[in-house]
This record gives sequence, C-alpha cells and structure tokens, in this order.
Amino acid sequence: MNWEVIIKWLPRLAQGATLTLELVAIAVIAGLILAIPLGIARASRNGYVRALPYGYIFFFRGTPLLVQLFLVYYGLAQFDAVRGSSLWPYLRDPFWCTVLTMTLHTAAYIAEILRGALQAIPRGEIEAARALGMSQAKTLVHIMLPRAARIGLPAYSNEVILMLKASALASTVTLLELTGMARTIIARTYLPVEIFFAAGLFYLLISFFLVQGFKLLERWLRVDACQGR
Amino acid sequence: MTIDLHGFGPALLAGTLMTVKLALCALLLGLVLGLLGALAKTSPLKPLQWLGGTYSTLVRGIPELLWVLLIYFGTVSLMNTLGEALHLPGLELNAFAAGVIALGLCFGAYATEVFRGAILAIPKGHREAGLALGLSRGRILSRIILPQMWRIALPGLGNLFMILMKDTALVSVIGLEEIMRHSQNAVTVTKEPFAFYMVAAFIYLGLTVLAMTGMYFMEKRAARGFARASQ
Repeated sequence: MNWEVIIKWLPRLAQGATLTLELVAIAVIAGLILAIPLGIARASRNGYVRALPYGYIFFFRGTPLLVQLFLVYYGLAQFDAVRGSSLWPYLRDPFWCTVLTMTLHTAAYIAEILRGALQAIPRGEIEAARALGMSQAKTLVHIMLPRAARIGLPAYSNEVILMLKASALASTVTLLELTGMARTIIARTYLPVEIFFAAGLFYLLISFFLVQGFKLLERWLRVDACQGR
Repeated sequence: MTIDLHGFGPALLAGTLMTVKLALCALLLGLVLGLLGALAKTSPLKPLQWLGGTYSTLVRGIPELLWVLLIYFGTVSLMNTLGEALHLPGLELNAFAAGVIALGLCFGAYATEVFRGAILAIPKGHREAGLALGLSRGRILSRIILPQMWRIALPGLGNLFMILMKDTALVSVIGLEEIMRHSQNAVTVTKEPFAFYMVAAFIYLGLTVLAMTGMYFMEKRAARGFARASQ
C-alpha cells in the first residue's frame, strides 16, 4: 500500500466528499418534502387517491437509479421542447440532473417509510384526537405526523445512508464527487487499489457520523411517558 | 403507442438474459457468503464474530459502484502476479466475474444480517432438543436450524434480491453487455436516449414484477406448515 500517494491526494478526495455531501443533503431534504404529500396520499383509504402515488413509487422503486439518472440526463435532451424551455440551463447541468433524479428516487422510498409509519400509529391515539374535537387536518398535523416522524426516523436514517452510497452513481454523469474524483485521480496515478481504498474510508467515515447524528436526533425526539405532567 | 426499436430488440433480449445470469450468479455467491457471515457472527468464537462483523460493516458502508470498480480495476496487478506464478500470462478478471464478485459481496453483507436475525429467531429449545437427542452440531445445523431459518429469512432475502437485480445495472460501467450497456449502444446509434432508457426501465420493472411473483410463491411454499396452524 502506497500511503504517500493517499496522503498526497487526500485534499482532492475531501473536495469530492463535500460534493457528495451536498448532493445527499439536498436530495434527502427535498425528497422528504416531496414524500410527505405522497406518503399521506399513499396511506389514504380512498383507492383513487392511492393510485397515483402507488404508480410513482412502483416506477421509482422498480427501476435502477442508474436508468433514472440516464433518463433525466441524456433522455430529456431528446425532446426539442425541453431544449427550448427556460429550464434547459438546469437540465443540461449534471449537478441539477443528479439532484433531481436522487430527489425523485428517494422520495418514493421515503413515501413508503412514511406510509408504514402512519399505519403503525395506534388507532386509539387518532381516535382520541378526533374525540377531542380536532379536525382531520389538525389531527394529521398535530398528532399523526409528529408520531409518524418518530416511528419512521430509524428507517429514514437507513434511507439517508443508502442515498449516500447511491450518490456514487453521479460519477457516471461526469460529476466529480467522491467516486468521480477517485476515478479521475486513478486515471492520473494508475493506483486503483490505494485511491479506491481511501475513497471507501471516506464513505465509511461519513456513514459513521451520519449514524451517530441520527442516534442523537432520535434521543432528542424521544418523548418520555411522564413528560409534561 | 408503439416503440420502434430500430432492430435493437434481439440485443436488448440478450442483455436481459445477461442481467438475469449475472443476478442469479451473484445471488448464489451472496447466499453462501451471507450464510457463512451469519454463522460467523452467531458463533461463540470471538475472532469469528469479529470477522463476520467486520465483513458486514465494511461492505455495507461502501457504495456498490465502488466495489464494482475496485474489484474490476483493483485486481489487475493481483491477477498479473497470480498469472505469472501459475504460468498463465494474460490472466485477468473479466467484467462478468468482477460483477458477480462485487454484487455477491454486497448481497452477502446484507444477507449476513438477514440470516443472523433468522437464526436468532429460532427458539433456543429447538437446538437444545437436538443436543438432547444426541445429534451432532452439523446435523443440528442442517436438519433443524437451516430449514427453519429459510422460512424466516425468505422475505428479507426477497427484498435483497430486488435490490441486487437493480444493482446489476452498475456493472454496465465496467463494460458488461447487459441491459444498460445495450441500451447505451442503441442510444449512440439512434440518438433516441429517452425511448431506449425507458425501454430499459420497463425491462427492469418486468424483471422486478417477475421476481416479486416468484417470491410470493416461494414464501407461500416455505410457510406451508404454518398457514394452517395460524388460522
């Protein structure tokens, strides 16, 4: 193992890691925002309301992220309407394409997590809220969503780690995030083992800190039975 | 709406077969690795526990794409040395073998956790009953633990297989001629990226539905003694 090379290229890899973090942060936050209406609709008892998010989730969970990324990055350019639109400067930029694809992809998974969490809320708690005269919307905002957030948080943290690993695909559309940077460095140094090893360490480190962060968040959000008495 | 495949239909079909072959080979390797990992993690020996734990943590913490690239490009010098030692010049790992190893490794790491959970879910009394009957350790494993574990692990393994099937697309990056690669070739010729990537997406969707159906019947069969008891 050639440690000097690893140390020499560490700053560049760290630069790649910041882009990775940027991609993941935007995707999981925007994905969460998009997933809230999707998940609520998916948990609806009305079959027509359920159908649209079901189709969306089925498509995004059933196809590889790589295909989705290529559909957005290369595929959209096939249509003249897209190329002529005012969004074109964004849609031809690999960064925004990756962010868009990752957001749409992760939203499907988070929506399923949210649906599971909403359905895991004990019925009695929702009935209690309704019995106290809370409207359906109020019950959703004040009782169901906060409760679902706590139930779904461990699954959401898993999804964030999965997105961290999925962000490596951005290197296939020329983005120089951690994996892309590693590949560029290898093209110059011809030392695949060392550089990929170093990049792998970065991923392990990031996921370690993410896991610790979510543990803290979970503890912070926990509500003790005696609280507020 | 009909889609004009511009004569790339047979190529896409060949790619689909390649994808299925890759997924099944990686599944086989992954199941073996997962089983070994789970047995190591649940063994009473500390070094084995450590080995199993390191394997599953290390592999699950690094992106699948990085494993594919690492195994394909990282083993070139290793294979060269090995080739010289064995007097086989030009020995190298082809894209298929590298894909099977990388995806099998990743599947195995997740399967380790699934199998471990399943082993822990088997009541302790079953193992003790086997011991009391004088069965050997190997016998207990093959006749009592594994058959019961299979039923419990099946849903988790099904999810992992679905993920594995989608991850096969990553192997196109190192040039294996599977669905994605053939689609890319078609795009280069026809300049219709959206149409061909959409076709690829629907092939993957079809494969996923097929796998889901297969899983449904396997789970039903694995639970055949249980369905009646719980009703």
